[in-house]
Amino acid sequence: MAQQQQQAVKTEPTAEQVRDQKLYRQMGMTDEEYQLVVGHLGGRLPNYTEIGVFSVLWSEHCSYKNSKVVLKKFPVTGPRVLMGPGEGAGVVDIGDNQAAVFKIESHNHPSAVEPYQGAATGVGGIIRDIFSIGARPVALMNSLRFGDLKNDRVKYLFENVVSGIAGYGNCIGIPTVGGEIMFDESYEGNPLVNAMCVGLIDHDRIQRGLAQGIGNPVFYVGPATGRDGIHGATFASEELGEDSEEKRPSVQVGDPFMEKLVMEACLEVIEKGLVLGIQDMGAAGLTSSSAEMAAKAGNGMELWLDKVPQREPGMTAYEMMLSESQERMLFVTTPDKEAAVKEVFRKWGIFCEVVGKVTDTGRLVLVHHGEVVGDMPVKALVDECPMYHKPSKVPDYYVRNAEVDTLRYDEVKDVQGALLRLLASPTIASKEWVYHQYDHMVRTATIVRPGSDAAVVRVDGTRKALAMSTDCNGRYVYLDPEVGGAIAVAEAARNVVCSGAEPLAITDNLNFGSPEKPEAFWQLEKATDGMAEACRVLETPVIGGNVSLYNENARGAIYPTPVVGMVGLVHDVNHVTTQGFKSEGDVIFLLGETFAELGGSEFQLVMHGVTEGRPPKLDLAAEKRLLRSLLSAIQGGLVRSAHDLSEGGLAVALAESCISGDVGANVDWAVDGLRTDVALFSESQSRVIVTCTPEQADALQLHFVEEGVPVTRIGTVGGTKLNVKVNGQAVIDAEVNTLESTWKDAIPCLMK
Amino acid sequence: MTAVEKQMHVAVLVFPGSNCDIDCYKAVEQTIGQPVEYVWHEASDLSKFDLILVPGGFSYGDYLRSGAIARFSPVMEEVRKAAEAGKFVLGICNGFQILLESGLLPGAMRRNNSLKFRCSPTTLEVTNNKTAFTHEYAAGEKIQIPIAHGEGNYYCDEETLARLEKNGQIVFKYSGENPNGSVADIAGLINERGNVLGMMPHPERAIDVLLGSEDGSRMFTSVLKAWRENAYGTAATASR
Repeated sequence: MAQQQQQAVKTEPTAEQVRDQKLYRQMGMTDEEYQLVVGHLGGRLPNYTEIGVFSVLWSEHCSYKNSKVVLKKFPVTGPRVLMGPGEGAGVVDIGDNQAAVFKIESHNHPSAVEPYQGAATGVGGIIRDIFSIGARPVALMNSLRFGDLKNDRVKYLFENVVSGIAGYGNCIGIPTVGGEIMFDESYEGNPLVNAMCVGLIDHDRIQRGLAQGIGNPVFYVGPATGRDGIHGATFASEELGEDSEEKRPSVQVGDPFMEKLVMEACLEVIEKGLVLGIQDMGAAGLTSSSAEMAAKAGNGMELWLDKVPQREPGMTAYEMMLSESQERMLFVTTPDKEAAVKEVFRKWGIFCEVVGKVTDTGRLVLVHHGEVVGDMPVKALVDECPMYHKPSKVPDYYVRNAEVDTLRYDEVKDVQGALLRLLASPTIASKEWVYHQYDHMVRTATIVRPGSDAAVVRVDGTRKALAMSTDCNGRYVYLDPEVGGAIAVAEAARNVVCSGAEPLAITDNLNFGSPEKPEAFWQLEKATDGMAEACRVLETPVIGGNVSLYNENARGAIYPTPVVGMVGLVHDVNHVTTQGFKSEGDVIFLLGETFAELGGSEFQLVMHGVTEGRPPKLDLAAEKRLLRSLLSAIQGGLVRSAHDLSEGGLAVALAESCISGDVGANVDWAVDGLRTDVALFSESQSRVIVTCTPEQADALQLHFVEEGVPVTRIGTVGGTKLNVKVNGQAVIDAEVNTLESTWKDAIPCLMK
Repeated sequence: MTAVEKQMHVAVLVFPGSNCDIDCYKAVEQTIGQPVEYVWHEASDLSKFDLILVPGGFSYGDYLRSGAIARFSPVMEEVRKAAEAGKFVLGICNGFQILLESGLLPGAMRRNNSLKFRCSPTTLEVTNNKTAFTHEYAAGEKIQIPIAHGEGNYYCDEETLARLEKNGQIVFKYSGENPNGSVADIAGLINERGNVLGMMPHPERAIDVLLGSEDGSRMFTSVLKAWRENAYGTAATASR
């Protein structure tokens, strides 16, 4: 063993070799950044371990060095925000001394090369972020993007990503209650796997990742450290390429059973008041948790690496500091609580070792085999990474699209045929094949299961519930990043309101291409402009999130996809509303205005094979009026069903409400100045279909008129068919059963 | 104390990796309001309990095979003793798998025939309503209870199946679609004595219309009534 260690040490490059051979470049560091590090070390050359530590903390994944400039635009405060960005997750007040804790995070690159483990560890990581705050995780969501589902590699990725999410979430016992999935060639080779977790906490239990109290012990808990996931954060901060397969060792391996034990043990020590500060070992593992905890408290930390539980002999300091072995946590407490802490972890059968102490030096000092093997200023590591404002450039495609007439295609006369084709499109088709694999009911609080606009989870012991939705149409964002970004926020809010909840705040996952490409950076700038504006108008601040850049495949950047995860508060479970039509005779209203807007629509792609033009426009003031008036109508007991109009427009929304409600509808819609196919499949924003009893129809209509929301009575619920007339002409006459089987069978058929 | 006020003491076992323990605990509180406690898998005395719930989840990560490691937990020896003493034992999902591995119920579990985890509402037929757990259901009643498992494909040999059928030990069958391929559509079965029941569906998830169904509630009220009335072969509990 000693020999192995010696060998490892011997094969490690010297500080001079790191400099002369520019080995830091392999770690994603530039020559200028290397010189800055030398400066931070007072002119001393960093050794291999030190440059490794600097490189991960200065990666985009950990430092946001390319994205901070745009993140600054987001509103991050509000009357309900208890904790904004900067900790494991954000926290919002939901009344009664309770709070919701949530965050979304990507695991795109790992999932591209090792889909099962990549997705599974994405789920594991976001759960740790939530319980590191001291919150009990109560729900998981995920937002996924894949290429064309006809492609075998895409099927493989889709199947295994779903299995990985299921394998982790089901085992740990947190329900996966919803999310969304889109399929588009743009994501071929670079799928997006964004996982979101929502937790509940009492205000006085909120933890922060602070290494407080000079001399206090630093505890390592969880499984032993192995050689897996080394430089995972760096891998996440570069483009996937032909050699990405070789990065499989950068993908960590998850053990949800272990995480379940670590979670229960950590929640128990927090509940017992035994913790001063806690943080998970996520990206960059021991490096980020130790440096960030010390930095946030303005202290230093000394780590004794020989004490770190190790999975195999001969691990070097470099390997231990950069390993991303999963399910590990770092926390600090006072010496008098050490025995009580150890007792809790003994009960759960988990390693709990003191691996260091808090110091007042402001330095991260690494001791291995009795020698100091690293000595770096904490502030330089965490707060002094150089920030970049990359050049941006309006892409040619954007300019060209201004000229595209999205009505140039011949009118589709077979509207019913088009509806069936859209229902069978994997983006719109039922995701039952997916969510049947997720335990979405464990914890017995899931009121609205996957398949409606937003999932709703009850807050036990109260009348309250949380509604949650993830949204982003990458095609809209591609066609017009600013409008598309705003729509992502607006649609998430609309989904949450349709379920009967007041939108509270968002977490965002910015999935973009390489910031080194001016066109991609322009997309990032514009999309975040749109999102920030929508968040301000809709009063839903950003309480945390994640940035995933370098999402590229052989054809270039993916569609820019800033996924929005929104959480809303249902004030009383009686307000919970679903998309399915409820009873024969109920009156159907269309809220909002319909324009000729096919740019970026599912209809445009499925029927005409293109994504072009400009996306639907968004009037945030109109959106706000819609949301406010719809929520008050729901809270006033006037609404029996509500469904947001999104991909596939009115026709698809009507079909979905019929299928979910297992009942037909008769729609007779008079609409001026639009071709029938455009009217039914346009994806104009700020539209919702709602139903109410015939007795309340006049009151509901009056309510929206008074609120200044366009409202059109378009039909009634009943029968076994969806019948649609537009301007007196019958265009759809389909059995709901037929619509349902088309919609439900599409994905299972493709996956056979 | 009159018979009606008698308190039935309920244990909810907790193995490392159990994750329906909280749901079972809440279900007992909400359906029958009887005293209920979590019991850690290292416990060595269950004598104070009248009903033992072995909850769902992934005990020991379901490594090796579902329930295969949990059966060696110290508390399982106590569960065996309790079963022999005629106490009521209800194993749900992973709890059912543990009871099979422990030999308290006959047969074994295989992976779902789809090879995928499946979570969805299912319709069950109550094929024996003459048990302590099901006497408040009508014979042949169709009830809605959800499932959530990857290994619920129950198997037993033909001889065992004939015996189960003859004795009325098959308590629940899937009605309509069989979601996992189990032999004879079996969803839940009981031991010969009638005090140990195992089932893959989750009655504790079906106790509130808000969550989709309350058909599971009657399992809890049934067993309470059976215990109080000392019915359905519960001789041992009368000595309390």
